[in-house]
Amino acid sequence: MSKSFDVVIVGAGIVGAASAAECSRAGLKVLVLDRGPIGAGSTGAAMGHLVVMDDSEAQFALTSYSLQLWRRLAPELPDDVEYNPCGTLWIAADEEEMAAVFRKKEYYEGQGLRVEVLDAASLAAAEPNLRRGLAGGLRVVDDAVIYPPCAARFLLERAKENGAEVRTGIEVSSLDAHGGVGLADGTRISAAISVNAAGCGSPALTPGLPVRKRKGHLVVTDRYPGFIRHQIVELGYLKSAHSVSADSVAFNVQPRGAGQVLIGSSRQFDAEKSEIDQDMLRRMLRRALEFLPGLKHLSALRSWAGHRPATPDKLPLIGPSPESDKVWFATGHEGLGITTSLATGKLLADLIVGRPTEIPAAPYAPERLLKGDADHG
Amino acid sequence: MADLVTITVDSVSVSVPAGTVLAAAIVQAGVTRFRRSTKGEPRGPLCGMGICFECRVTVNGRPHCRSCQMLCEDGMDVRTDE
Repeated sequence: MSKSFDVVIVGAGIVGAASAAECSRAGLKVLVLDRGPIGAGSTGAAMGHLVVMDDSEAQFALTSYSLQLWRRLAPELPDDVEYNPCGTLWIAADEEEMAAVFRKKEYYEGQGLRVEVLDAASLAAAEPNLRRGLAGGLRVVDDAVIYPPCAARFLLERAKENGAEVRTGIEVSSLDAHGGVGLADGTRISAAISVNAAGCGSPALTPGLPVRKRKGHLVVTDRYPGFIRHQIVELGYLKSAHSVSADSVAFNVQPRGAGQVLIGSSRQFDAEKSEIDQDMLRRMLRRALEFLPGLKHLSALRSWAGHRPATPDKLPLIGPSPESDKVWFATGHEGLGITTSLATGKLLADLIVGRPTEIPAAPYAPERLLKGDADHG
Repeated sequence: MADLVTITVDSVSVSVPAGTVLAAAIVQAGVTRFRRSTKGEPRGPLCGMGICFECRVTVNGRPHCRSCQMLCEDGMDVRTDE
């Protein structure tokens, strides 16, 4: 007989890791299972941007809350997490996008964030390798970047210090409506509740879960210290990230610890394989070159692709299943899972133990997307 | 006697026969620390065939050139230890 746990978390990505850290800190007996190694799914494919986003009030609430948690945790992060509070520069190519900069500034400032509007000249001074002729931008001072797989490992180490167990190379085949999980080898592990934190693998465990794989590409260069200084994103990114159908690319680059430049981004639905799509890669790099012409002199070391777990309303699923209070969700974070992992862990732990949450949890409740659909098991 | 070409290695002039591999000329200029690792450790040519990337230097302002895979050209400006 296997011993019993309070919570068994399926998924050792950054969301499962943060959930394990918070649940174990709350005194729960936690087991984390993953079929692969730590952070081998979306976490390992991600850029690692810690960014406040305001597509919706709920998205802003979750990302800004999570950024506070990251800042609080930053002094404790080991060097290999490469926490770099470089800020985000949102780039406005023209006057229309500049109007969006001012709207964003008003909103962020109203919410107490540190932001700074840059005109064309101060943008050029802040990032000399950007092409001339851009209208300006918005600097979000307290955004940061991290190296996600090491952050996931660190959070799992924290969980282990609190008594959690982590087992990798274990394939879970079912979540039991009465608590616990079934493994692919037929073993059952009993627990008061299970948490589906399996990211892109979460619909396989919960058939009908509205989480779709959205593919993305990344390229990393050799070391060129100082080539860029901030995470830089085109405001047009919002248009392409919003689109839920068409394949799209957007300019998004980030400085890594040793001076490497990480180049994104692309979005594709219905692209199951994680192989490089040369056409998308070319489109993505062309977009980057339009903003940073000097990129053509840099040598790329590696390119890769991965998938993000996307929901129809761009918000994650955090909380219990409407059908069983023994099955919970922490999934569907799409491209914001690195940022929102810590907030997800906090909300999940608070909800499980019945503590008040620090921000309203209702916007992320799974029932909003699952209720009224009897076919979903 | 082969024609000589002259290159500059960290502001030091060195003349070598045309056709000399750049890595060899850099050693002739007295440099053994071609570059540094991310942790600041010294690095220099290891494989000599373009695979290990340990011999990278900056040539005419262009970083990360593998000096074992380049021939010296007259007037080359080479910077090491960057």
